[in-house]
Amino acid sequence: MIKHDVVIIGAGLAGMRAAIEVSKELDVAVLTKVYPSRSHSGAAQGGIAASLGNSESDSWEEHMYDTIKGGDFLNDQDAVEEYVKAAPGIIYELEHMGCVFSRTADGKIAQRSFGGHSKPRACFSADRTGHAILHALHEQLMKQSETIKIYNEWNMHSLVTEGNRCNGVVVSNVKTGAVEVIQAKAVIFCTGGYGRIFKITTNAFASTADGVMAAFRAGIPIEDAEFVQFHPSGLYRQGILFSEAARGEGGYLLNGKGDRFMEQYAPSRMELAPRDIVSRAEQSEIDAGRGVNGKDFIHLDLRHLGEARIMERLPQIRQLGIDFTSVDCVKDPLPIQPTAHYSMGGIPTDKFSQVVMDAQGTKMEGFFAAGECACVSVHGGNRLGTNSLLDATVFGRRAGLSALEYARSADFAKVNEAQEKTKVLKSFEDIFQRDGSESYNDIRNEMKDVMMEKCGIFRDEEKLKACIENIKSLHLRFKKGKVTDKGKLFNTEIYEILELENMLEMAQIIATSALARKESRGGHFRSDYDKRDDKNFLKHTLVHGSMEELELKYKPVVITKHKPTERTY
Amino acid sequence: MATFRIKRYNPEIKPEPYYEDFQLEIPEGATLLDCINQIKWTLDGTLTYRMSCRSAICGSCGMKANGHAQLACQKQATSLLDKNDTITVEPLGNMEPVKDLVVDFEPFWDKVNKIKPYLQTDDSPPKKERTQSPDQFHLIDDASTCIMCGNCYSDCNVLEVDDKFLGPAALAKAQRFVGDSRDERTLERVTELSEPGGIWDCTHCGECVERCPKPAQPFYRIKEVMAVALEQGVHNNNGARHALSFVKSVKSSGRLNENMIPVESMGYFNIKGLMELIPIGLRMLLKRKIPPIIHKSIEDVKDVKRIFKELGQ
Repeated sequence: MIKHDVVIIGAGLAGMRAAIEVSKELDVAVLTKVYPSRSHSGAAQGGIAASLGNSESDSWEEHMYDTIKGGDFLNDQDAVEEYVKAAPGIIYELEHMGCVFSRTADGKIAQRSFGGHSKPRACFSADRTGHAILHALHEQLMKQSETIKIYNEWNMHSLVTEGNRCNGVVVSNVKTGAVEVIQAKAVIFCTGGYGRIFKITTNAFASTADGVMAAFRAGIPIEDAEFVQFHPSGLYRQGILFSEAARGEGGYLLNGKGDRFMEQYAPSRMELAPRDIVSRAEQSEIDAGRGVNGKDFIHLDLRHLGEARIMERLPQIRQLGIDFTSVDCVKDPLPIQPTAHYSMGGIPTDKFSQVVMDAQGTKMEGFFAAGECACVSVHGGNRLGTNSLLDATVFGRRAGLSALEYARSADFAKVNEAQEKTKVLKSFEDIFQRDGSESYNDIRNEMKDVMMEKCGIFRDEEKLKACIENIKSLHLRFKKGKVTDKGKLFNTEIYEILELENMLEMAQIIATSALARKESRGGHFRSDYDKRDDKNFLKHTLVHGSMEELELKYKPVVITKHKPTERTY
Repeated sequence: MATFRIKRYNPEIKPEPYYEDFQLEIPEGATLLDCINQIKWTLDGTLTYRMSCRSAICGSCGMKANGHAQLACQKQATSLLDKNDTITVEPLGNMEPVKDLVVDFEPFWDKVNKIKPYLQTDDSPPKKERTQSPDQFHLIDDASTCIMCGNCYSDCNVLEVDDKFLGPAALAKAQRFVGDSRDERTLERVTELSEPGGIWDCTHCGECVERCPKPAQPFYRIKEVMAVALEQGVHNNNGARHALSFVKSVKSSGRLNENMIPVESMGYFNIKGLMELIPIGLRMLLKRKIPPIIHKSIEDVKDVKRIFKELGQ
């Protein structure tokens, strides 16, 4: 049995930042199903928010209010306050580690405008900010390669728990197929989001709900799963990300008639309204037949920015347009559509990144979560752009600190290695033994279509009920598939099948939460209940139970400074 | 219908690699990765490769298409078709194959680790950010775009014959710190990078620039490290002496003095190195490959000197 004081699952921004914290005192391992530098944090482009005030005066109070208003008042305000207060410090610390930032003329970290932020507070590195931070943190891990053990290309399958205490994880080595138990005093999940459930998404193939579902199977509820963010600028058909920075730098959104349609939806913020509003506006234009040439895309127009500014601030965007659609944004507008981007919901934690098991805040001892897989909730119903990199680093650090404090005084608990291993081996064996005729590829495609059409930007009761039925029947068909690769060596097929199961279950949890929330708030929009309903739904959803019987519970939103008001831009 | 000729390898089943053809109609706008996925998901689930972001930022899906390393997600499949409507897909080079298109990246990362890939400073940092001018940022901007995909490493001609070479990616990463105004180990870094296996073992073929999917373009970064090494006075190695001898010769005569360059590269006091040159010299003499003993200047050498003067050299 492998043993570490603390084991972290996921090596994106949250996981690596946590590891740096833990390694100050204890033995820590980071496990990733890819390599750290391949983590999806690296795909974040536009920036990381902090009220540094480098180009205009700014304050944490304004950052806090913008975040809460952006989140449609579902955010837990005590957590938001700590989070925005920690922001400047975490940015300076990244800079001290060596992170490469774009600079102002006087050498400070440059900051630009972003959707929903009232001040230019997005610190950035051209249009590859996530990449810059990911590599800066990876550099720190390489510096500490003696003290931080990295398991590259390992998958995590389940949590080892006993009562309210987490004692480790069951994992497997992709290269050899060997299943192992890692015993740990504390476990931190930094496993990212689950955008791959949707047909059009910015997310990497690796973003498949593994962590969230492992937590759910260990008895942890899932919080606010219905809140999925659709990003307004995904490349047409592919969904890959064109940063909001393109609009932050002054880009226009144009419908098929060439109109800047945001005038009708958010006149004061125009293209820089929060993402849920811009995505709904785009979809409304498309649904009304005002897409470009009547098709299901609209235009992101950067031509007026000029080549020099595009090359200085948005070089990667330009290259992506050329490589993926043969459109050079210096000369032509880019075809875009809304694309599933970010999960506001996830594993419920308190503001110390401690995972909680119910509305009363009962702790799962020794289990922490941070980043997109967690729901603190600092983003409420809709996350503002540049707040996710901040979430990952602030709460990654916090999770590391909390796990360190916990593990410092905890002992290794007894783990029944054989029993834990057997459970996972059995799930492998079960898939290997299946001899059905269903195609996993068809099931995956159908799931993605169903979720996009019936649980996407515009939802209603009829669609959601049909969605749940569809997903359940896909789940039944899933059990009648057949695997072709039966080897142990680097068997990516079996891992894709396990990921598909996680996604199917997560899809059902999302749709079930969405069906029950009979209001429209942030990223969750019900055509049949198109207003926010604070009287009945100013509360967080908690999905408990098992896939056979999902049970919905709720917990109140923490409101400290800002009473909910109408949200207009 | 296009043919994807894919190099297959699965040592669990068969010790030798082989090629297998798959027929696929390339969907409109499909990248090479889209096609490979289609093959895995509809034709052969055992096909094995790495992939993740599919937007050319994670660096997972490096593979050879028609003999050259590419990011599969970045290339439109139709652009890779040869005249027989075929795309030949193979694993990256200079790394051991594991299964199909998956190769062992550990040696690659070991080399990245060797260049001390992290900022090194002496003083404790200020309360806020360290300042860095936009111009100073631009010195490391290109190198910092590297996504560690290994494409340059795969197609590096030096690595093919010398696996001690650190390789283009690690050296480009080194430039990201050598050029960083915040780093305080510049001299130490360029001294280490001037050792065998380092910058001077690059043969300037430029293949890595061709293969790099990002603006990192390792060879240009290696040249920048070379320039800093020379500026910092790290001359006591064959590479630096070779470069300096080159310059000296062109400056004085307008052409290379091919008899002197090997001697000056070795160093006048490097007796062992000079002795090693003797058999090569003798063989060249016998084959009549020795350049003229008396080295003549070109006619317009004055103009060459003027150029050097203009450049302040």
